[in-house]
Amino acid sequence: MYSKDVWQPTADLAALKFRAEVFHQIRGFFYERDVLEVDTPCLSLGSISDPHIEVLNSQTRTLGQEVTYYLQTSPEYAMKRLLAAGAPSIYQLGKVFRAEEIGRRHGIEFSMLEWYRLGFDHWQLMAEMDDLLSTLMGQTITSERLSYAEAFERHVSLNPFTASLEALQQTCHQHTEYGLDETDRDTLLELLFAMLVEPKIGQDVPCFIHAYPASQAALAKQQPDAQGNATAARFEWYWRGMELANGYYELTDAVEQQQRMRSEMAERAEQGQAWRQADERLISALEQGLPECAGVALGVDRLLMLLQNKAHINEVMPFAGAHA
Amino acid sequence: MASYSTSDLRSGNKVMVDGDPCAVLDNEHVKPGKGQAFNRIKLRNLKSGRVWERTFKSGESLDAADVMDTDMEYLYTDGEFYHFMATDGSFEQHGADANAVGDTVKWLKEQESYVITLYNGAPLAVTPPNFIELEVTETDPGVKGDTANGGSKPATLSTGAVVRVPLFINIGEVLRIDTRTGEYVSRATGK
Repeated sequence: MYSKDVWQPTADLAALKFRAEVFHQIRGFFYERDVLEVDTPCLSLGSISDPHIEVLNSQTRTLGQEVTYYLQTSPEYAMKRLLAAGAPSIYQLGKVFRAEEIGRRHGIEFSMLEWYRLGFDHWQLMAEMDDLLSTLMGQTITSERLSYAEAFERHVSLNPFTASLEALQQTCHQHTEYGLDETDRDTLLELLFAMLVEPKIGQDVPCFIHAYPASQAALAKQQPDAQGNATAARFEWYWRGMELANGYYELTDAVEQQQRMRSEMAERAEQGQAWRQADERLISALEQGLPECAGVALGVDRLLMLLQNKAHINEVMPFAGAHA
Repeated sequence: MASYSTSDLRSGNKVMVDGDPCAVLDNEHVKPGKGQAFNRIKLRNLKSGRVWERTFKSGESLDAADVMDTDMEYLYTDGEFYHFMATDGSFEQHGADANAVGDTVKWLKEQESYVITLYNGAPLAVTPPNFIELEVTETDPGVKGDTANGGSKPATLSTGAVVRVPLFINIGEVLRIDTRTGEYVSRATGK
């Protein structure tokens, strides 16, 4: 991939100035609200358990010992360790890394804005996200809010909680030729969501999707909805076909967190994926006590693309892709 | 047999799908916010020519198709098969049936070079060069002086193909044709 001829930046100067201005405004926004800036390490001795995110790592020798450092995929674990240690509401604006395909909306290195608000639930955090976007755009933005079930019923004509496995398989197959042999409901739901729902929502104003199936809770609290469906207090923020942010009313229960982590590690092993050190220091921190809080991670480069109508993520980064 | 991971497939790779050899035209990564990633792959069935999109889990593996592209010169047809000979010095010959030749039949000219796609050693498809020079065998008489007006008329070429040509073209002229669009490009030069 390397070529000595490829020395120029991938973003033009106007895009770099805009980037700097947005960074400045983000920092100002949190300074005004008394949210403390932190910068946790990019290189960590432990990593995430998520079976669907691949992690970059780095080897070195320290005191005569081989050591593996994992590049952070998000500062989530480290920031929660800070909260458990008594930090107030905190934010971080920095680089994260994922061993993913490079594409129009993906890079292996990108900028993430992540913040945690003590005493907030996910509804309050969504409102604060609208405030941030309003500040950046200089006009009042109120995102649409749709539950996962509402979005599904509107665009797939299925209820994600009550539809039979056969109905999900048939619908999935009809649109993608995938799915007749897939027995995992979540895999079918995720594919249908990505293919049929994502392109339709948040076309005008951004859209929050909330009340995810509990089986897709990740690090969110479980919270049954009014119909009694097993849902989680997780939300995602979509705008013009792009996933911009993922947030939770945070799980604070150490025992449940440990179960989820172990079951994800077991799933990784089952699928023959490479072993990595899951960072159980998060569990230790939760045992100490994570205060009630809501947190969200936002892809800043994607937001910059949308704010400037750029088609490719490379156009908002100084050096991206083969230029990095 | 060699295989490809769906996440590594690139345009031009040849893979087996549902028992048929297919060419990969495009590969789009579909990554839900959390959860399983997929690859949406645009394929051309090399037997039927059908183009369609298919979704696979990322990392799933597909067998490579034993498909090879070779440059071959068109020799003649015996009425059933169209005979080609390798231009790599091996003089290897292959007879392609009408199915394999498909629409390329209207661009078949002796001694012209074609790309023959061999599947398990037998011709599966014949691709013409992008541009080919063919003689006009039939058209209305040329209209003198009408070079700028942009009017057109049909002309039959030596292979039987019919293309739209400018009004000033006459029988016996050799024309340069874009085989991908079937459109007239210019009069052939140097002939």
